[in-house]
Amino acid sequence: MSEDIWAARDTNPDAIEAALRGLLHDRHAANEGLAPARVLNLVVVVDREWKGEIANRLDRVGRYHASRTVLCAVEAGRGTLDAVATVTYEEPASGIGVIREQVVIDMGPEHLPVLQTVVDPVLVSELPTLMWSPHGHEEAVAALLPIIDVMLLDSDGLLEPAQAFGRAHELLEYVYVVDLAWLRTTPWRERLAASFDLPARRCTLDQIVALEIRHQANSTASGLLLTGWLASRLQWDREPLQSRNGAGLRGAGRREDGQVAIGLHPTNQDAPGLVGVTVSCSDGFALSLDRARGGLCAQERSPDGRAQTWKILGASRGEGGILGEGVRQALLRDPTYRPALDAARELCPQ
Amino acid sequence: MVSAASVVTGTLPENPLVEGLERLPVRPTSLVVFGATGDLAHRKLLPALYNLAHDGALPERFELIAVARRDQAHEDFRAVARESIERFSRRRPDPDTLEGLLADMRYVQGTFDDDHVYAELDRTLREFDEQAGHPLNRVFYLSTAPAFFPVIAGKLGDAGLNRADDAEVRIVIEKPFGYDLASARQLNIDLLEEFDESQIFRIDHYLGKETVQNLMALRFANALFEPVWNRNYIDHVQITAAEDIGIGGRAGYYEGAGALRDLVQNHMLQLLALLAMEPPTAFEANRLRDEKLKVLEAIVPPTIQDVATMTVRAQYAPGVVGGVRVPGYREEEGVAPDSRTETFAALRLHVSNWRWAGVPFYLRTGKQLARKVTEIAVILKPVPHMTFQSSGSVGVQANQIVLTVQPDEGVSVSIGAKIPGPRMRIRPVNMEFRYGTAFLSESPEAYERLILDAMRGDATLFTRNDEIEALWGIIDPILTAWREDTTSVIPQYPAGTAGPAEADALLDDGRKWRRL
Repeated sequence: MSEDIWAARDTNPDAIEAALRGLLHDRHAANEGLAPARVLNLVVVVDREWKGEIANRLDRVGRYHASRTVLCAVEAGRGTLDAVATVTYEEPASGIGVIREQVVIDMGPEHLPVLQTVVDPVLVSELPTLMWSPHGHEEAVAALLPIIDVMLLDSDGLLEPAQAFGRAHELLEYVYVVDLAWLRTTPWRERLAASFDLPARRCTLDQIVALEIRHQANSTASGLLLTGWLASRLQWDREPLQSRNGAGLRGAGRREDGQVAIGLHPTNQDAPGLVGVTVSCSDGFALSLDRARGGLCAQERSPDGRAQTWKILGASRGEGGILGEGVRQALLRDPTYRPALDAARELCPQ
Repeated sequence: MVSAASVVTGTLPENPLVEGLERLPVRPTSLVVFGATGDLAHRKLLPALYNLAHDGALPERFELIAVARRDQAHEDFRAVARESIERFSRRRPDPDTLEGLLADMRYVQGTFDDDHVYAELDRTLREFDEQAGHPLNRVFYLSTAPAFFPVIAGKLGDAGLNRADDAEVRIVIEKPFGYDLASARQLNIDLLEEFDESQIFRIDHYLGKETVQNLMALRFANALFEPVWNRNYIDHVQITAAEDIGIGGRAGYYEGAGALRDLVQNHMLQLLALLAMEPPTAFEANRLRDEKLKVLEAIVPPTIQDVATMTVRAQYAPGVVGGVRVPGYREEEGVAPDSRTETFAALRLHVSNWRWAGVPFYLRTGKQLARKVTEIAVILKPVPHMTFQSSGSVGVQANQIVLTVQPDEGVSVSIGAKIPGPRMRIRPVNMEFRYGTAFLSESPEAYERLILDAMRGDATLFTRNDEIEALWGIIDPILTAWREDTTSVIPQYPAGTAGPAEADALLDDGRKWRRL
């Protein structure tokens, strides 16, 4: 990879935008085979001392880079804007090569209420804009809501699930939300959907009596979202789960003709997300899926008591992959997230 | 409370968990690959299966049985498969996932007419069903020479493997589907003796390419193009599939095939059908294929007498490609010095219906040409009155909509624009859409999509028997005329050029081939 860089102290958005245009113009003039990616703007607002760590996370998203990334690094006491604009490219041996643009703007807290006036001129206007504010900075979010299309957040982590879900719910009134906690449940949702797609099993969706979810200690939100997804898809009545003093959550949902026992269990695991899920049905059928190397370990107990174990293949995406998937999902719309989120909010302990 | 799971379609309730998922469920499947040690399996099928496994896209239970003549143990085949995947996968394999995929692969050795092979397959498939506790769907993938298609289909039928209780059985075959109309009909008859048409999946891997599918999106998801997509606005269409390489080591195959059979009869006519068809009422296998079939049936095949004026064939002569001297076709190893097999073919066809009456469709394909490119160019009629006549510029040119299938997948639209300056001078400029710059995702290999579709039973991107016969119906008279003409001189074009000058004569009314 090669890059061209422009930097300035005490600058302004017009100068930054002009510099980006100049960098692109010069690079295209030098090699007509290079064209700027035109997919998505990504605006990231971070504490300046964590700027490097966030930049590293963004580097690890694999191929799912936004075409123009604007990283706003907030530093207490700063009153001016310093900026570094970079265009990154790989000279194509033949055909078309893609240029990606990144702007890092150091700014102070006083810029946040008027952040729209700083960021808007630097965005590619015809592209959708995704915002990620991993360190909070609510003022920045409020300032940019009118110009963004999608908010990237992570309901797992620092906030209590109820708070995190409330935040997501609130944002959904204005923009589409991509929730990394929801994306951590994707392989589990896909596998459960596939497992119950067999004609014989599909009929048992009405007969689920127990749902047990094992999750990393900081990923209760992922567990609740998976529960909320099943509850919303299968139309279970919901009520708040009971907290078991750090030993997880327990409670019940109600389906058409019976009850579903629900348990969420914090489990040791380094990586955020789910560890395993077990679904049991009234006829004795039970299916467990648990993380394993190179995929999931499936264990099935049939109604006649026969047990079997096998492996379902799939490489782990890692947290870099999850963030990359979050960027990619900004271009898609998942109609099942909001109902799952609403159900998960109802399941949160009071 | 209404249970979502109680919503019934037919006798089976809908699966309410599927909504919103990008990856639709695939039923547990045993995949049997005949010819598993061949080149296609080595370069495409095994790497595609790995990538599906990596993405978690394979069914929750997936079993692979490889069948080939080579005498080797299961472990030996796994080692070969590992090497194929490590070498040809589009991404670096994850060791655990790769290990998981290889672990249960089985190898059945034997010739394709050997009853023992089918007895062993039956035994292994039953074993997999028993392990799963329910019958797995079965897909038989024939990655073999076409001569074996009827043999294998017949043996599968004899062994009762063409049907299964409570499971779907499908057979996948690769082109060529016959070598002329009569043999294609016979192949259909042979296959349909053992399998229903709904069980047969004929792969044309071009249809699995994103750009080819994007042709339908361009036409039917944009109000911009459809109003001009007819004889009132379109002057002509050019479909080009140019290769900058020779026949490599494939003289044995190519001498019997030629450019017309190799690319025109299948890929290029499929592109024409997708470009010219009416909008299907739904993006569903039979509705889409019905519309393609109507187009193919509307193409009036040339009479044998017309072939001389509607087609051109040629062979590459010695020349220079990429700065390297290369031999002519007749000097290639394995090619007869007096060979009449064409390495270049160009055709002028007409689609006789209301939408396309009078619009010529020009098709050309060739080997050892100046550049590798596959594209569809739709050339619109010029504006009716030239307001901006001006010297000192290229001037107003007809708009062109160009879909590039390879190498840079995308779409470009040429429009006339004013050259900056004091005078009103116009030149064409391009509005470009390139997959590489406009999407975050890397396009999956066509085989990944097609294998998955075959396992899911979605035949949308596969060719139906009546399509195959319609395709051959267009080509057959040309083959006959060329075969019967044993005396005329086959035009030669220097390797590394745009093809023979004779191809220019196909285009009338001042039209020109697009530059390669």
